[in-house]
Amino acid sequence: MNVSEAFEILFTASFWVAAIRIASPLIFATMGELICERAGVLNLGIEGIMVAGAFSGWFTVYMGGDLWTGVFVAALTGAMFGLLHGFLTVPLGLSQHVTGIGITLLAASLTYFTYRILLPEVSSPPKIEPFQPFAVPLLSDIPVIGPALFNQTPLTYLAYFTVAAVAFIFYRTPVGVAVRAVGENPAAVEAQGISVTAVRIGAVMAGSALMAVGGAFLTMSAFNSFFFEMINGRGWIAIALVVFGSWRPGKALIGAILFAAFDAYQVRLQQITGGVIPYQIFLMMPFVLSIVALVVVARRATYPKALMVPYQKGER
Amino acid sequence: MNAAQGSEAETVLRLSGITKRFGTLVANDAISLSLKRGEVVALLGENGAGKTTLMNILFGHYTADEGEIEVFGKPLPAGDPNAALGAGIGMVHQHFTLADQMTVLENIVLGTQSLWSLNLGKSRARAKIRQLATDYGLEVDPDRMITELSVGERQRVEILKALYREARILILDEPTAVLTPMETEALFATLQKLVAAGLSVIFISHKLGEVQSVSDRVVVLRGGKLAGERMTSEATRRELAELMVGGQLPVNEIGPSTPRDVLFELRSVSTPSMGGAALRQISMQLRGGEITGLAGISGNGQAALAALIAGTLEAREGEIVVHGAPAGRWSPRAALDRGLGRIPEDRHATGMIGDMSVAENVISEAYRSPRFSRFGFLDWKAAAAFADDIIKAYDVKCPSADARVRLLSGGNMQKLILGRALDGDPDIILASQPTRGLDVGAVAYVHARLIEARDRGAAVLLISEDLDEIQTLSDRILVIHRGRLSKPSLRGERSVMELGELMAGHGVEEGADHAA
Repeated sequence: MNVSEAFEILFTASFWVAAIRIASPLIFATMGELICERAGVLNLGIEGIMVAGAFSGWFTVYMGGDLWTGVFVAALTGAMFGLLHGFLTVPLGLSQHVTGIGITLLAASLTYFTYRILLPEVSSPPKIEPFQPFAVPLLSDIPVIGPALFNQTPLTYLAYFTVAAVAFIFYRTPVGVAVRAVGENPAAVEAQGISVTAVRIGAVMAGSALMAVGGAFLTMSAFNSFFFEMINGRGWIAIALVVFGSWRPGKALIGAILFAAFDAYQVRLQQITGGVIPYQIFLMMPFVLSIVALVVVARRATYPKALMVPYQKGER
Repeated sequence: MNAAQGSEAETVLRLSGITKRFGTLVANDAISLSLKRGEVVALLGENGAGKTTLMNILFGHYTADEGEIEVFGKPLPAGDPNAALGAGIGMVHQHFTLADQMTVLENIVLGTQSLWSLNLGKSRARAKIRQLATDYGLEVDPDRMITELSVGERQRVEILKALYREARILILDEPTAVLTPMETEALFATLQKLVAAGLSVIFISHKLGEVQSVSDRVVVLRGGKLAGERMTSEATRRELAELMVGGQLPVNEIGPSTPRDVLFELRSVSTPSMGGAALRQISMQLRGGEITGLAGISGNGQAALAALIAGTLEAREGEIVVHGAPAGRWSPRAALDRGLGRIPEDRHATGMIGDMSVAENVISEAYRSPRFSRFGFLDWKAAAAFADDIIKAYDVKCPSADARVRLLSGGNMQKLILGRALDGDPDIILASQPTRGLDVGAVAYVHARLIEARDRGAAVLLISEDLDEIQTLSDRILVIHRGRLSKPSLRGERSVMELGELMAGHGVEEGADHAA
């Protein structure tokens, strides 16, 4: 294996284009999970919600809908699963772990079931016309960085915007302050006359909608069809990225890009090593690195104080 | 505060016939209460008398089963904190309702504007907070994180929260429980200013001295019922005490101490932190026949000290000396084997196991002794007999030795812990907050047992945040601040204000090396 060759990959535009493309669904999913957790609700339904989003968005387009309608339908599907998760964990106060895993199993199975019911005849997955890259004038002409960041599909641009919007809402608006407070000390929110239940369910719905859009990115932007197992653990990675980012949108974005870069890198390393090293070693790399990063970074993280603590009004 | 004395002052709040039941317990039984403009009404009563329940009903956290509330002449809808806030009621809870990892400003503006506004309006809010702070003596930096604030400052934020919303009626639930004497004085000064500005205050307390110095009128609750109502100026302390307790106040006699040998000693011990401050190079001696009181504001290292002595926290450096010899490896088991009686700070968390029976709990420190086990098998008869002994000797009200501990009241649980800790006459007794949350009768009982242990020659360490308790019981007083100890003082040597100064950290550092 040629070391300088392995190093040069890092300076090619195509590598960074791939990294950002891989990062995009993770950014949506991570922001979604981050919103839920800042409101005090762990959402392990993420993996299943992404599956449901991937399918519902793609199917809408397959049935003749507009691409953006597809994104909207995906978000709506996610929000509905969010409503279910929120209802079970907030007013009923059920275990967030168990409920989340239940939502993941339910959403994924229901999606596969629906797929089989709606498309019983197909043997190879039908294709749609996905989002196409759109080069932002001027910005995309910057060497390496330009095409990486600004020659992507509109959904990637939406992902950037989501991070900025989440950061702005969290720190600059009353609703953001309420969401953060409800994850820190729900009693403080109730004492100020805001409904803890409403804020938490709202946050879980919004977060789940973003997760579903993250899933839809795969079927409508990265690829052009839906197949089983395509989410492939991305939801779980998003949960780790939230911790890596210490529950802060900016840091979580960096984490998502870093992870995606490792992932893109390992694919290229597999190619240049030509089978000398078992490819599974490379597949493992991003995950090993994310565990290392978690150990290093997340130990000092200050997590939302009321994360996973159900709040019952009037309880002492 | 005599603006309200005249009967012409407008009535701002009227509670009539409030009744609230929790299951079979009647927490509030047809209580009526009124408050006038510019008046401070003290709501006096023991723990469990129903004070907090009543205020939670007023604030909409609970819904009353019967009764009505009228604010400024208008009926207040039940069970809606928003309505209470809107009607001009502000509440400072005993346990602060602040989001710790957010700024003072964020905590204050929370809920004061439409959620969908795109702007927090920070600069306007900041100016208003600063203005209120200077007007009422509530200085606190709006941009600091709550975690960085002292307990007194956090309370100021709570009051500012209410004032920011233009509250006209302020309810303070046991506001002085967490304050130093100086902070208490500052709070009272603030209340004076608020009343002068036409606000009305309900001050919940079980401390007679405070009630007398701050209120215009006293309303006494006992066992969920209205026990009486007096103008403060016309009531004697004794009269109020008897209304509160419903009879004579139990009094403990404490005679002069006869100090004996040093039974337990720490020599320049440092520890890691236990939530609060870590211990830094502290030295102390506990003598037989003496109660040593440790005063201090919570979070200054009391938890670490208690855990260190109990053996659950390992010292980083320094030495533990028991009965004059180095203790060697110190663990919970070593501590128990060397004769430590332990009354832990939190009955529920580290004192008792709620879902296990009385018998299981009372043998939990001694189940290995031949008394309760043979060849590794527990002797349930012996355990039940021991439990019955404690129930009888300590007057624990519980159905049987098989009852779940969870079902016992705080006072009875504490008696059980006391019985377990004092069984076999331990030489060294660690009593952390032994009377927290107990009513006057139970407090007197716990005190009597501690005095008894002292008189038979045990060394007692009393850790308490209640300065009155420390002063009443202790033969020797130490003050802890940020993990360091003051020089010890003998009974009556330092005044409350002097102790308060030490609690606030003035003079503790210098004394650290000489503390004995």
